Amino acid sequence: MTVTPKPPGSRLDPEPVPRRDVLGLASIWSAAAALLFSLFGMLRLPKAAVLSSPSKKFRVTLPDTLPAGEALLPPGRSVAVFRDAGGVYAISTICTHLGCVVKPIPEGFECPCHGSRFAPDGSVTKGPAPVALAWRKVSGSGSTWIVDEGATVPAGAKVAS
Amino acid sequence: MKTAAPPPPAMREFWENLRAAPRRIVETAFRSGKPTTDRTRSTFVFGNVFLHLHSVRTHRWSLRWTTTMGLGIASLSAFLITLVTGVLLMFYYKPYPDAAYVSMKDIHFVVPTGRFIRNIHRWAANVMVVTVILHMARAFFTASYRKPREFNWLIGMGLLVTTLALSFTGYLLPWDQLAYWAITIGANIAQSPREVTDSLGITEWFDPGGLQRLILLGSDVVGAEALIRFYLWHVMILPLALAALIAVHFWRVRKDGGLARPADADQRLGPPPGETYPIFTEAPAKTYHLAAIVRGRTPLVGRGPENTVPSMPHLFYAELGVLMLTVCLCLVLALVSDAPLKELANPAVPENPAKAPWYFLGLQELVSFSAFMGGLGIPLVVLLGLGLIPYLDREEAGSGEWFGGPGGWPLVRASIALGLGASVVVEAVAIRFGWIREWFPKAPQLIVTLVNPGTVLALIYALYSVWLVRRYNSARAGALGLFTCFLCGFLVLTVIGTYFRGPNWVFYWSPADWPGH
Repeated sequence: MTVTPKPPGSRLDPEPVPRRDVLGLASIWSAAAALLFSLFGMLRLPKAAVLSSPSKKFRVTLPDTLPAGEALLPPGRSVAVFRDAGGVYAISTICTHLGCVVKPIPEGFECPCHGSRFAPDGSVTKGPAPVALAWRKVSGSGSTWIVDEGATVPAGAKVAS
Repeated sequence: MKTAAPPPPAMREFWENLRAAPRRIVETAFRSGKPTTDRTRSTFVFGNVFLHLHSVRTHRWSLRWTTTMGLGIASLSAFLITLVTGVLLMFYYKPYPDAAYVSMKDIHFVVPTGRFIRNIHRWAANVMVVTVILHMARAFFTASYRKPREFNWLIGMGLLVTTLALSFTGYLLPWDQLAYWAITIGANIAQSPREVTDSLGITEWFDPGGLQRLILLGSDVVGAEALIRFYLWHVMILPLALAALIAVHFWRVRKDGGLARPADADQRLGPPPGETYPIFTEAPAKTYHLAAIVRGRTPLVGRGPENTVPSMPHLFYAELGVLMLTVCLCLVLALVSDAPLKELANPAVPENPAKAPWYFLGLQELVSFSAFMGGLGIPLVVLLGLGLIPYLDREEAGSGEWFGGPGGWPLVRASIALGLGASVVVEAVAIRFGWIREWFPKAPQLIVTLVNPGTVLALIYALYSVWLVRRYNSARAGALGLFTCFLCGFLVLTVIGTYFRGPNWVFYWSPADWPGH
């Protein structure tokens, strides 16, 4: 049996990757993957699963003397409740620009922070607000109504009183 | 006659050691003796974990007043002041709505020196914002961001952002009207990607804005959860991040070969005064041959240490001087002017006008055109542009020189004129004639978001900068123009936001014209 000697390799040839490098790289990458996964686990914590905010539903009594189209502002809530010939409706008073509280004015609403203006139906007429004020869900009859600040209804959806 | 038996040697040794203990504690704390010779001055620096962020020797160019104006050390000093005063304030501050406000009142009116400490804290924070911005301008205008200092420029930008974030989270804590509405506005800026996702109608499936707001506030309303989160950012996460970044920043200054200086700095400085800076007053115990194998153009290789002086005392005394000046400035400002504290937060009534501290009023002016572009889009583009500068400007001319590079000071002067002029004109048009919403009420929201005075201004600056690159055939010229314009725009927007905006963010020439309540 003849043994063919290996041709002498150039010292410039790349060295073959030894098996231990494979194991070493695998262990480094598995350590990196484990740390990455633990990071994802930690990132889950700051996103609250249950929000500690008070109930968004509340009861409001509309006085009979409330003029048509005039806003009633329930204290501690960020909606304006209206009654006109079409019925009862509630419009959010949170500016869609940066969350300031808008003020009802005869021409609609006005935001004190950056000067956005809204028409009486909540649509934007001026300023940086990107979308119209949201209409909130209203239910009830007579003079007692339930407003749900957490539920949005299409603009123009009035509930007959 | 009997003599007293001598005390056993162990006892004598014990007493002698006890007597010598204080001296030895000092000796062992400072690993070398008094820094009187070149060698002990060196060991004084590299034997100390804090000082060794400096190099052992400092080039004489770096010690010139006009090289740095001490701005970097001034911002570090301001940070140290806020650190000390901030810890003091934490003795009394309670991060819970309403209780926070009451504790601020306590600090203001009851706690011994409380008002003074809070004033210092507030003024040091302001000084820090100013010096960080000026320091950045210094590094830019002297072209000090170039190779090998590119990455340190990025770290510096991280420091700028962290500083602003610290200021923002700081003025939220008193839970007064300013704080409450600033949190509200800040959280809604975080939510403002909805402006785009709403226009595209994809918010239902893809809502990064809502997620950011939720994580920032920990709730869907601004309340106790939000306050404790901002408190955590302010007293723990951000200061730690800032301290780590500062350490790396300083370390990189040393590793990148000290401060940038012109190629002919040595000729311009002339020979060192003979007796003043003795070098190697004793036989060196170390050789500097290792320096010869350092790769790249490390400034010291082949030039020798001739124009350097020991950092101890020359650099450290200068730094101490800057620290003392900063302390004095903060103390005087704190004596002259009280930190503001408005009424207790009232979620029903925003302030009118609701104004952030001065350094955010430029941003507020931008968000008054579009929340997303002003609050996130343009700042991100500006940060991206600033971060890319050292990687786009790979030139060498003018490094270490004030306004160095093609164009020089005349170009900067022209850019100041253009930067101020363009921002004033764009603002004047928006104020006098309104913008797209007033001209075309039916324009789609995406157009209103993307084309607003802020983006138009940014576009003008960008086009001007591109034109400069072509005109001077130099990326540095474009960078000089862009950065100058950016500073001018920041200035104009800040001034307009501070002095010329009244209730409902309407333009007024003077607060005297504001309508009464």
